[in-house]
Amino acid sequence: MATNPMTQFEVYRIGPEIKIGIFDISFTNASLFMVISSIAILIVFNLGAKKNLMLPNKLQLLAEISYSFVSKMISDTAGSKAKPYFAFIFSLFMFVLFCNMFGMIPYTFTVTSHIIVTFVLAAFVFIGVTIIGFIKHGFGYLKLFVPSGVPIVLLPLIVIIEIISYLSRPISLSVRLFANMMAGHTMMKVFGGFVVSLGILGGWLPLSFSVALTGLEILVAFLQAYVFAILTCIYLNDALNLHH
Amino acid sequence: MIKKIFFQLIFFNFFFLKEVFAAENGGMPQLNPEFWISQIFWLTLTFGILYMVLSKLILPKISANLESRKFQIQDNIEAAEKQREDSESKLKEYEEIVFKSKLEAKKIFKDSREKVIKDINNKKETLEKQINEEIKKTEKEIEVVKKKAPEKINKIAIETSSELVKKIIGAEINNSSISAIVDDLSKKNRSRYYGN
Repeated sequence: MATNPMTQFEVYRIGPEIKIGIFDISFTNASLFMVISSIAILIVFNLGAKKNLMLPNKLQLLAEISYSFVSKMISDTAGSKAKPYFAFIFSLFMFVLFCNMFGMIPYTFTVTSHIIVTFVLAAFVFIGVTIIGFIKHGFGYLKLFVPSGVPIVLLPLIVIIEIISYLSRPISLSVRLFANMMAGHTMMKVFGGFVVSLGILGGWLPLSFSVALTGLEILVAFLQAYVFAILTCIYLNDALNLHH
Repeated sequence: MIKKIFFQLIFFNFFFLKEVFAAENGGMPQLNPEFWISQIFWLTLTFGILYMVLSKLILPKISANLESRKFQIQDNIEAAEKQREDSESKLKEYEEIVFKSKLEAKKIFKDSREKVIKDINNKKETLEKQINEEIKKTEKEIEVVKKKAPEKINKIAIETSSELVKKIIGAEINNSSISAIVDDLSKKNRSRYYGN
């Protein structure tokens, strides 16, 4: 009954093996849940955008609240210059949120609990932000690494630290989401295993923990999607409005 | 007996607990690069399609919906504001009309009062004149009567005294002699009877 808490993260092929050159791009359970999340997002927001009622129905309200939520988040952190990147941040937030939330359904696969997925998402953000920064400011973007008001003696050290912190952004961004999702799901699995192994007498305590953890994990699923999106906004703000 | 079963159950449960931690075959599946390329490919594909559809089709629609609703609400608010202003100006007009008409009514009341008072005064004056004339007339008449009165009284006195004498004595006496006596008496006592 009680299985390895890590088996839930295993990726396996669904259907035939697809290869392009030497690369294996077979459709897996991870791909399945990416597709499911994307389709769910598209369905929800398409239905929400379809009708323009003066008094919105529930789906329309959901779509519009999400829209204004993300829009407000972007304008608060990155200012009005970040408006062209709204669609990207919105898609990113919704994709991560839906993947996290689908992972909360028992027997599903959590796409965002894989470091490679979150790292690719973070790399999108990192590369995009760097390109935007260089397009907007040219080589002046490198001033990001030279904070003003620092004594010249300390400057080499500070620049090195700044560069390291800049380069570690995609790592911290991806590891944060991946580690949170993995830890939460592992913990739930472990407590689930406790419920089974302690049986009807001792199992009630881990069961109650498990229930509480489910609530916490739903919160974390939302929070991590929010953190991912808001950190993207902050990085974008650095690229758009060079403060240093 | 029950206690024993209870402890046995708990004891056996710990055997299964071992299995929870037992399966240790290969660590984290996340670090197995077998499907990394596949995951990158499918992530890029699904996220790319999601981004394209959201940014080109859905988000502009939602934004247009929000904008149009905002404008509609703004329009409605403006229309309501305009109507409120209209009604306020109408109310002011109405109040002005009421005020004016009140003033007019006051004026009319005052005018008519003055007119009536004038009329009354005129009538009073004419009446007083008439009354005065009447009074004068009657006073004159009274004067006339007053002047005539002694002669009449004398006459009456003569008649009554001749009657009395006739009744008392039984004989007729000449009127002229009686009138002479009466005249004499009345002349003597004139001041006592008429005061002048």
